[in-house]
Amino acid sequence: MSTPVKAKALNCPNCGGTVQLRGLGQALSAVCIQCLSIIDTSSAELRIIQQFKVKERVAPLIPLGTRGKLHGADYEAIGFQTRQIMVEGTAYEWREYVLFNPYKGFRYLSEYDGHWNDIKPLTGLPERVSHQGKPAATWLGKTYRHFQNADAETTYVMGEFPWKVMVGERAITDDYVAPPDMLSSEKTGSEVNWSHGVYMAGEQVRAAFSLPNPLPPSRGVFANQPSPHAGKPGSAWRTAVLLWAALAMVMFGSSLLMGQKEVFKQMFTFTQGSRGEPSLVTGAFDLDGRETNVELSVRTDLDNRWAYFNFALINEKTGQAYDFGREVSYYRGRDSDGDWTEGSSGDTVLIPSVPAGRYYLRVEPEMDPSRPGQSMRYSLTLRRDVPWNLPFFVAFILIAIPAILITLRSAGFESRRWAESDYAPSSSGDDEDDDE
Amino acid sequence: MSRRSGACPQCGATINFKFSSAVQTICEYCRSILVRHDVDLEKVGVAADLPPDVSPIQLGTEGIFGNKAFWVAGRIAYQYDLGGWNEWHIVFNDGESGWLSDAQADYAISFPFAPPAPLPACSELIPGRPFQFDNTRFEVTTLTKAFYSGVEGELPFEYWDKEEVLFADLRSASSRFGTIDYSEEPPLLFLGQAVEFDSLRLKNLKEFEGW
Repeated sequence: MSTPVKAKALNCPNCGGTVQLRGLGQALSAVCIQCLSIIDTSSAELRIIQQFKVKERVAPLIPLGTRGKLHGADYEAIGFQTRQIMVEGTAYEWREYVLFNPYKGFRYLSEYDGHWNDIKPLTGLPERVSHQGKPAATWLGKTYRHFQNADAETTYVMGEFPWKVMVGERAITDDYVAPPDMLSSEKTGSEVNWSHGVYMAGEQVRAAFSLPNPLPPSRGVFANQPSPHAGKPGSAWRTAVLLWAALAMVMFGSSLLMGQKEVFKQMFTFTQGSRGEPSLVTGAFDLDGRETNVELSVRTDLDNRWAYFNFALINEKTGQAYDFGREVSYYRGRDSDGDWTEGSSGDTVLIPSVPAGRYYLRVEPEMDPSRPGQSMRYSLTLRRDVPWNLPFFVAFILIAIPAILITLRSAGFESRRWAESDYAPSSSGDDEDDDE
Repeated sequence: MSRRSGACPQCGATINFKFSSAVQTICEYCRSILVRHDVDLEKVGVAADLPPDVSPIQLGTEGIFGNKAFWVAGRIAYQYDLGGWNEWHIVFNDGESGWLSDAQADYAISFPFAPPAPLPACSELIPGRPFQFDNTRFEVTTLTKAFYSGVEGELPFEYWDKEEVLFADLRSASSRFGTIDYSEEPPLLFLGQAVEFDSLRLKNLKEFEGW
């Protein structure tokens, strides 16, 4: 009982070649690489389960017999198989490695397009549920979204397996993802086996098995590949919200410091003459305090008409004038889409940095010259030192930009992930079928 | 109270029971299967050779489960289509006995559980049938026909003349599982849970060259 158990070899009952056994009796089948026979190693008879043919032998990226460290324990690569699924007439092939430790048993590594998974069979039974209207599975409190259903076929085998493997054996697989985790169910006959995988990068696998050469780089996005953007949109938006709150406080604080003093208000009536542009000047008013802005509001009773105002804010003493023009037009009506309106019967202009002094306004209204005699009533209001919100609105948008970009990038990664799934938004030809 | 020792009725060797409630043991010298009746030991058969042993566990292996230390007192070995597995009879330091199963180095600990209602006949079991035991929902996943391939050490009941045994595997949405053993009438129910090798902190294991 105290003599250590040794690894053995056997002679292939078909060709007599040496078949190295690394599974210490725990594996149930072994492949003779010389004659491509699969041998039942579970009993002393060494029955041949199958002899298979392949067009081309596949070299595993982790040579069989290599030991690596996973989860703090040594595991030896003792078996290798390639499996494939057919999607719209195209074969997609991936590779699986059987790893063995005599104390801890079997686990598996899978590799597709440079993406790896560290897989352990499950003893429990995940529950198939519906999540946001789509199929999902739950296991130990975590929800996994269904990714793909496929019919997988074993196409090549090497080494040893803890079951009686056969080339051509098929399983209906369902993959469910919660990156970096994945749940897979494999149904063969009436038996369903579940396994749990965790995504591994090629560099991690290379380091674990001390492989001399770099492994092929990964291509595309894999089903359970963790997103490099995971959690980033959330934190970017949290940052944006904090900045917005700070901005709103600054906006509110600065508005309290503003004088917002009404310095002039008057109603006028204008009648469109047949010739000339009658201008008027208002009475003088004081703009006092520091050099700051002045806001002019125009309110009219225009309805399905337009008017154009030429304004000049003129310093009585120096004659310095701030000239500006404003068009006010307001139209409304009803069409097949319902009621519509366009424009507004009023307008507001902000004149920045006006020094203190005594000023007056020169106003030159103008209306449709083809309709002489028409008139409008309008009011002018001037306020000194009003809060200027435009920079705040610009800042508001600027703050959102990083969060928007990060969200778009993250969504882009997720859409590339799901493009490979059964839930791709559209793939060639499928749409027509769906519409039927 | 049973005696802790006796003589083998076949060869006269001294038989010491390490587990006070053991009902069956095997004479280490002549491989007779011995069943204990109050004071006498009865020879009921001869132990067949066990299949080549691949488990890292052996008689005398010690471990810890649920903060209680246990040691391995006996074993029942089974074979079926997809390989073999061992049910190791474990005895805790408080005298409780349970089972440590080892199937291709996947480990589980289970204990007998009294079913709240009589268990259905095996012919009534179909995969997917639910059961509620110990506040957990279980579902029948597979029915396994196995062949008893041998016994070793001390067992809490007589178990020696079996051939074909039918088991129903019950799984839950966690690591808990159940087994209905149809080799007895009425059938026996065991509830257990999958365990990680490291969590058992096993000592006195078999050695593997190079590992």
